[in-house]
Amino acid sequence: MTKEEVIELIDSSLAEEFEVERSDMTPEANLYEDLGLDSLDMVDMVIVLEGAFDFKIREEEAIRAIRTLDDIHCFVWGKIEEHS
Amino acid sequence: MPVTSVVVTGIGVISPLGNDFSQLMKALLAGCSGVRELPELEAVGGLRSRLAATVNGIDPKQIPRKFRRSMSNMSIYAYLASQQALIMANYPVEQLNSGDLGVFIGSTLGSTTTSENFFADYFRDHSLERMKTGLFFQLMGHSCAANVAQSLGITGRILAPSAACATSSQSVGYAYEQILMGRQKAILCGGADEFHPLMVATFDIMHAASTHYNQQPTATPRPFDRRRDGVVCGEGSGILLLESESSAKQRGAEILAEVVGFATISDTSSIASPNIGAMVKCMELALADAGLTIADIDYVNAHGTGTEQGDIAEAKAIQTLFAGQVPVSSLKGHLGHTMAASGTIELAGCIGMLQQQQLIATLNLDEVDEHCRGIDHLQQNRVQPVKTILKNNFAMGGINSTLILRSYMND
Repeated sequence: MTKEEVIELIDSSLAEEFEVERSDMTPEANLYEDLGLDSLDMVDMVIVLEGAFDFKIREEEAIRAIRTLDDIHCFVWGKIEEHS
Repeated sequence: MPVTSVVVTGIGVISPLGNDFSQLMKALLAGCSGVRELPELEAVGGLRSRLAATVNGIDPKQIPRKFRRSMSNMSIYAYLASQQALIMANYPVEQLNSGDLGVFIGSTLGSTTTSENFFADYFRDHSLERMKTGLFFQLMGHSCAANVAQSLGITGRILAPSAACATSSQSVGYAYEQILMGRQKAILCGGADEFHPLMVATFDIMHAASTHYNQQPTATPRPFDRRRDGVVCGEGSGILLLESESSAKQRGAEILAEVVGFATISDTSSIASPNIGAMVKCMELALADAGLTIADIDYVNAHGTGTEQGDIAEAKAIQTLFAGQVPVSSLKGHLGHTMAASGTIELAGCIGMLQQQQLIATLNLDEVDEHCRGIDHLQQNRVQPVKTILKNNFAMGGINSTLILRSYMND
């Protein structure tokens, strides 16, 4: 997958799960303040990403530091590069 | 000041016959049926009934996602009906979190559909890794009550009675008692259930589901009729806003009816079969609670599900008490059996009858079964003065419940 394809899969998966408008999903969008997610959503987000990319990330410390959509893009792309 | 009267100030309905009180009344008065064929039931092995009375035409997306994520269909129905009841009552938004308003809403089970979906996934590899956070909130026994309180910001008492077909009757009864005791000024009360094939199977395996009318959905169920063959399962939610008379008057709310009596008892003769004596006892206790006699009752709204045993027992119990003097009908010919919601959806129908001064006949009651005779069965709608109504709900598990409603003269 290219990085653009990865970003598209992340954004479409999260848009569907959390019913977020794609127009609001800018890279700098804060997941809590701008997209309205909460702590339960963050747990579900990990499950959605694990399902979309077929990897296990729930034990990753780095997830706790995620604040923006770009943080997710970078984190997931990093995991994919790690395993390629 | 002690509370002396408990009144109804709001009604919310999500039902197979429409998704608000006025739609429901229009359909009931017109003799419409909410029963339809569900072809997908053919795929369920061993299930003989293909019928259900399902809810149609609602838009769950009007509920914000953050609240909807913890809701299965039954909580969605309960939320929409609760919202309607509050709006009809013109209940002040700023009093939702005053602690004066409670939520008593029950269901037969937690969400069976959610449970099925979870286990279907779990049994693939016995992994919990795909389990999302909303699961438990849909499975828990107080899912409807908790979801309604959370989504509407209601901070008073929460109760989630679970007594199968008597659930919402108990919700109203317990709410009536709590308000009389002065513990809450108002309570949103009722029940909700969502359709799942397991619901039908529960009755089908006991030969108590309707199976002979799969090609004629609207001809069944047939409460008290000679050709009745069982229950048609349904879904929905009925919610009443009960309030102390003084609270309602202080707000200037229109009072729709008064709850004047309640009784619920355990019939230990059988967990499944009805008992005439226990039914009579329950109605007598409700009359005593109301301080009324049989002469005060203008109409009996029967549980009347259309089963062989249940209809005979209830007809004989009503005959024992009222000796054929009082008109009787069941609304399940129209609505099917909406389970935990049936008590309050049918109570809504009763309040409509008080308002219209018209009694609604039992749909599909063409020829009264000889074993159900001896009472004044309503086979046609009847315009007549009606002030006081006795309403029965008798549930699996040996749970009997009776409520008494009275019309109210607003100043």
